Amino acid sequence: MSTENIPVLETRGITKRFPGVVANEDVNLTLHKGEILALLGENGAGKSTLMNIIYGLYQPTEGEILVNGTPVQMNNPSDAIALGIGMVHQHFQLVPVMTVAENIMLGSESVKNGLLDTRAVAARISELSQRYNLDIDPYAIIEDLPVGARQRVEIVKTLYRNADILILDEPTAVLTPQEIEGLFEVMTLLKNQGKSIIFITHKLKEVLQVADRITVLRQGKTVGEADPETATQNSLAALMVGREVILTVEKKPANPQGVVLAVEDLAARNDLGDPALRGVSFDVRAGEIVGVAGVQGNGQTELVEVVTGLRHADAGEVHINGQRMTNATPRAITQAAASCHVPEDRHAYGMVSPYPVAENLVLNTYNLVPYSHGINVDTRAIRSHATELVKQYDVRTPSIDTPGGSLSGGNQQKMVVAREFSRDLNLLIAAQPTRGIDVGSIEFIHNQIVAKRDNGVAVLLISSELDEIMALSDRIAVMYKGEIIGIVPRAEATREGLGLLMAGVKDERVPV
Amino acid sequence: MQSIRRFIRPLLIPFLAILSALIVGGLIMAFFGDTSGTLMERLWRPVRAYQSLFEGAFGSGRGLSTTIRKMTPLLLTGLSVAVAFKAGLFNIGASGQFVMGSVFSVAVGINFPGLPPFIHLSLALLAGMLGGAIWGAIPGLLKVYTGAHEVIVTIMLNYVAALFAGWTVYAGGTQGQQPGPLWDTTAGPISETPDVLASARIPWIFGPPYRVHYGILIALAVAVFIWWLLYKTTVGFEIRTVGQNMKAARYAGIRVRWTIIFAMILAGGLAGLAGGIETLGLNHKFAPEFGGGVGFDGITVALLGQTHPLGVIFASFLFGAMDAGAAKLQFDTRIAQDIVQVIQALVLAFVAAPTIIYTIFRMKPDPEEVESAPTVNWGAG
Repeated sequence: MSTENIPVLETRGITKRFPGVVANEDVNLTLHKGEILALLGENGAGKSTLMNIIYGLYQPTEGEILVNGTPVQMNNPSDAIALGIGMVHQHFQLVPVMTVAENIMLGSESVKNGLLDTRAVAARISELSQRYNLDIDPYAIIEDLPVGARQRVEIVKTLYRNADILILDEPTAVLTPQEIEGLFEVMTLLKNQGKSIIFITHKLKEVLQVADRITVLRQGKTVGEADPETATQNSLAALMVGREVILTVEKKPANPQGVVLAVEDLAARNDLGDPALRGVSFDVRAGEIVGVAGVQGNGQTELVEVVTGLRHADAGEVHINGQRMTNATPRAITQAAASCHVPEDRHAYGMVSPYPVAENLVLNTYNLVPYSHGINVDTRAIRSHATELVKQYDVRTPSIDTPGGSLSGGNQQKMVVAREFSRDLNLLIAAQPTRGIDVGSIEFIHNQIVAKRDNGVAVLLISSELDEIMALSDRIAVMYKGEIIGIVPRAEATREGLGLLMAGVKDERVPV
Repeated sequence: MQSIRRFIRPLLIPFLAILSALIVGGLIMAFFGDTSGTLMERLWRPVRAYQSLFEGAFGSGRGLSTTIRKMTPLLLTGLSVAVAFKAGLFNIGASGQFVMGSVFSVAVGINFPGLPPFIHLSLALLAGMLGGAIWGAIPGLLKVYTGAHEVIVTIMLNYVAALFAGWTVYAGGTQGQQPGPLWDTTAGPISETPDVLASARIPWIFGPPYRVHYGILIALAVAVFIWWLLYKTTVGFEIRTVGQNMKAARYAGIRVRWTIIFAMILAGGLAGLAGGIETLGLNHKFAPEFGGGVGFDGITVALLGQTHPLGVIFASFLFGAMDAGAAKLQFDTRIAQDIVQVIQALVLAFVAAPTIIYTIFRMKPDPEEVESAPTVNWGAG
């Protein structure tokens, strides 16, 4: 922590109004030299708006920004960059086919004799990379790099432009646990070398791990400051959501009935044509939750796609309620077999962003009575269905005519969950159901999943968050390299044991 | 407030695009070509030109009827392009589909004497739709089963259609080349078909000299039908979903391949119907010069109409009026009537690249709107 008195960045009474919405109201924030300030808040709390103001993308309606004690006026990101503010966006701003050096110099190319001086840029990148232990090869092509490395390229990009204040917008949302650890090391190193960091997140554990100070934003206002030394996850969650949040899931013991989903010797290939599933067998009974754990990319995605009819199975069988559903169409699986699917990537699969909420809520049932009769769509039925679901599932939207894409992430996911959970179901398949959404929504969705189980629905849960798997599952299957390496009853599962299985170690001492 | 904005917003870009095109076209008229006269006189010239254009299009019964006549095929080819857009497809082939529709219609229209008029006409129109539909189905099938991009295939099929049509009416050569199957044997060296039989002609609403036929009512009815299909039926929901998000469409259980093929058949059928109506209502025969220019104009009309059937009605009306008034503009001001096509091309440029409009008028673009502009990323699919 710095002993200097003048903050490197300060906002005073920032208010931002959009037509009909107050996104930020009287927000006061201070950032000192050499500290990590965590900005915590639910989706839609106004974190992004605030950061866009600090980065010059929006102008505040009221209030002022001070950099090193001087009031500044920023009209665009170039002004912010000139003031030493750099931003790493949640969605990376990189050109996949270009090299690291080319990406970094984009917009501030260095030229020698009328030609691009890539060598000088590369040398500077190597130097920065070494100094902050970022491990970046300036000549690597972006699309060959893993996500964690791409993020470090974004960080180098801000450093290359001489940023002293770094804004990291939800930087951990896309990373594996190991990559998150790596990022935290980098952040600490940057801090120790005098950089100041604003770390935007809604993950409580991470905040406590890495931040020096915590500012919590709720409904556009700063509602409190917290010290990571004394704060707990529960106290932060309460501050963030505005009420007590139960972080563990309350559930009764499972009462499993007959087999609903039976998967036998399933084999399939991934998009590149390489084997992704190699003889996967398991079953899910009515009234139980089977969680599939595993490091991302071990075939979980392909497994869900095959079971839901989105990917072709090369071999093996899928049965739902005793009916053969191997390579059946997605519609047969959702409608004839009464299953539902909360897809891993809600933007790509789960919704049509420009469609109004009402249409998104009948995305895969539009062809059924009462939403349509023959080919005639019944708009009135669709609207009353939407009105009801929005209320029942607490989807926060200005209206049912609002485009689904303009809702916050958590509410988009609630919209998908509302659509999928509101049908009569035998089988519920949820892939990463709480990825990238806020605590309040996570709690809600977890409770809904457990409620479905208690109503006798068979639940297949896929998640890369081990905490989520452990909290919800009655049995846990671990996938490794396209196989189920072990299935453990929840009561016998330990974090260590599962961790070993996830790493591919099949130890005799681990109950399998 | 919100609902008014949502209603106004889509109209804003077309309106400003037309305004910008008229201004730029006016500057061209003022400063290029005839450079005589004082600055004021030259600046006044486009005002007079637009006045003539307006009078030519609406100032008389003849003008108005020409507007309607020009509008009819544009409305249908505009709908053709718009329907394909809704499914995420860029139909550059309305021109070829129009030509195939003309050929198929005329083939039925010059044959089968003795059929009752209504039956004969209906069959001839259906034949036109079939011809266009086949020509639309080919790029649809190729896209679905081989991945061939519909833009490339439809462009190529435009050439094939034009050459095929030319062959069907070919008058034969002096060195014994065979004439085409639809050639009018009484036409001597001229390559054209015989006249369509009276029983297959679309009746006049107002006969010569106005020459307005019932085709306009067919086209308007079709536009309403397409609106209903797109927005009030499950078929339309499927088309729009495939166009917006193909993965979500698959997830939703929509048969994506069939939907793409169907959208192209529908688009082709609409352009084919345009050819049929133009042939059976107006030209009463087919010759290679009755080509598919309206097919290309259909692209502009569809974009100007924001790919919405009701928008396409207005856009085709506007373009029909511009085409109709062009001659009077030239007659009154001695500016070549090609200036009208320049203005139409400018309209296309401005609606296809809304960012230009946002820049000129210093508006904040709606990011979603820019992303969903039909011309963005058209090559990516």
